[in-house]
Amino acid sequence: MIEIQNLSLRNGSFALDGISLAVPAHRFAVLMGATGCGKTTLLEAICGLKTVASGAIHLAGRDVTRLRPAERGVGYVPQDAALFATMSVAENLGFALRVRRWPATEIRQRVDSLAQELGIAHLLDRRPLGLSGGEAQRVALGRALAARPAVLCLDEPLNALDADTRQEMVDLLKRVQASTGVTALHVTHDRAEAKQLGDVLFQFSEGKVTAAKPD
Amino acid sequence: MSDPTNKPEAAAAATGSAPPPSPLRGEDGRYPGQVRGGRTNNNVSPGLATQPATSQPHHVASDAPFYAGLAILSGFYVLLIVAMLGSDFAYTSPEHFSKALASPEIRYSILLSLFSCNLTAMLSLVVAVPLGYVMTRVAFPGKAVVDAILDIPVVLPPLVVGLSLLILFRTAPGRLFESTFESLTGMHITYAVPGVILAQFMVAAAFAVRTMRATFDQIPIRHEQVALTLGCSRWQAFRLVVLPQVGRGVLTAATIAWARALGEFGPILIFAGATRHRTEVLSTTVFLELSIGNIESAVAVSVLMVAVAMGVLILIRTLGQGERRPGSISGRGFGA
Repeated sequence: MIEIQNLSLRNGSFALDGISLAVPAHRFAVLMGATGCGKTTLLEAICGLKTVASGAIHLAGRDVTRLRPAERGVGYVPQDAALFATMSVAENLGFALRVRRWPATEIRQRVDSLAQELGIAHLLDRRPLGLSGGEAQRVALGRALAARPAVLCLDEPLNALDADTRQEMVDLLKRVQASTGVTALHVTHDRAEAKQLGDVLFQFSEGKVTAAKPD
Repeated sequence: MSDPTNKPEAAAAATGSAPPPSPLRGEDGRYPGQVRGGRTNNNVSPGLATQPATSQPHHVASDAPFYAGLAILSGFYVLLIVAMLGSDFAYTSPEHFSKALASPEIRYSILLSLFSCNLTAMLSLVVAVPLGYVMTRVAFPGKAVVDAILDIPVVLPPLVVGLSLLILFRTAPGRLFESTFESLTGMHITYAVPGVILAQFMVAAAFAVRTMRATFDQIPIRHEQVALTLGCSRWQAFRLVVLPQVGRGVLTAATIAWARALGEFGPILIFAGATRHRTEVLSTTVFLELSIGNIESAVAVSVLMVAVAMGVLILIRTLGQGERRPGSISGRGFGA
């Protein structure tokens, strides 16, 4: 599960103050909020990329507030995918496993099964440059899930996609979340997308996170 | 169409807020005389209506003088550069070259230049990669001061760099450093080869740092952040994700440092001297040959340096082609 208690942090002139949020384990939560309200900053705090001033973050029952990003067991899919340009799609997918010193054959197996599940098996030898937006997001999703994290943070991954690809990605995200059982927190400014994806909805406005009704 | 009376509404539409009610407007919310779809609204006062296109077409002045001015002013400088180098090449001859290359002093100077420039380029990278990374990625108190300090070698008059180094090595810590260095390597620093390299390094490294900063600036910080969440330590994220992306930038920085080192003269003259067979590098050779009236050799060595510099320029341009923003890198490093 993801549990945030009374979180405060400063980011330049921008500040989050007293944010609390709880996502039950194995659920798909969506956090809605206008652009610039601090959604991304909150995700970065969960991932350990922003230092927290006060409050606590628990992931899968562990207090990770002071842990480094690598120690938190989160998968992170940023808005622009941020694929590693010098590596092939297969190397991107296997990156977390390579860092964990998995044997090459096991990395290959895991990468192949991820690629199958995400429908990107035909792209494995390609470089990220030249992938379509949807393809890039699939690779970013696979890369984040490779090491089987307990928590998955998705930062508006559907933003730059056209309508058809968007719908495919919505279906894919739901299917993958259900099959892996990962606890997902997806932020978006798109209410329709939120309702399609989330089984737990939150609204981020005026510096407060509140539960939103799925109507 | 460009009806000036349209502007308030257009501006309001752009900001998404309705304009305040205005006595000038008609009931439809538009200004009197406002045109829609190119047709004049008839039930308004004729004074505000746009005129039909019966007036003379607006006369536009010719662009030719502007282009001519650009061509003359820009062409002057470009031609001056070409003429300057062209006359070097015209002045020299194969005999001058072979005579210059036959001189043992000049051979020593070529070898010392190659050796010192290579070493300076490597040493410059050793500080430029970490400094470039720190200055683009890490926020720390006093960063603005450090930033300004890093530009000092670029703007400082070269003679002052040399003199300042000399003064530094006359202070107690400087002497201690030099005597320790001497007991370890058997070499002096001042008025010796290590002094040549240090004098080159002081300026060349500053240019390498600038290049590495520009390079790291182009790499989105997100890549490292994702790598951290995927299980990397800071060092792993740097080595596996950042470094592979800066290969060209590192080569460019090394090349620029190398070229700066080759052209370095003032600091070397003051800090390392101009002793033949000892601290003579190519720029020193030009100076020494010129001072004894041997213009042929001075020009031959100059042409050699021009050729090397142009080779370096081509190399940097080629390396820059692969970068997304070549201009930000290839333009750096060729000052006085």
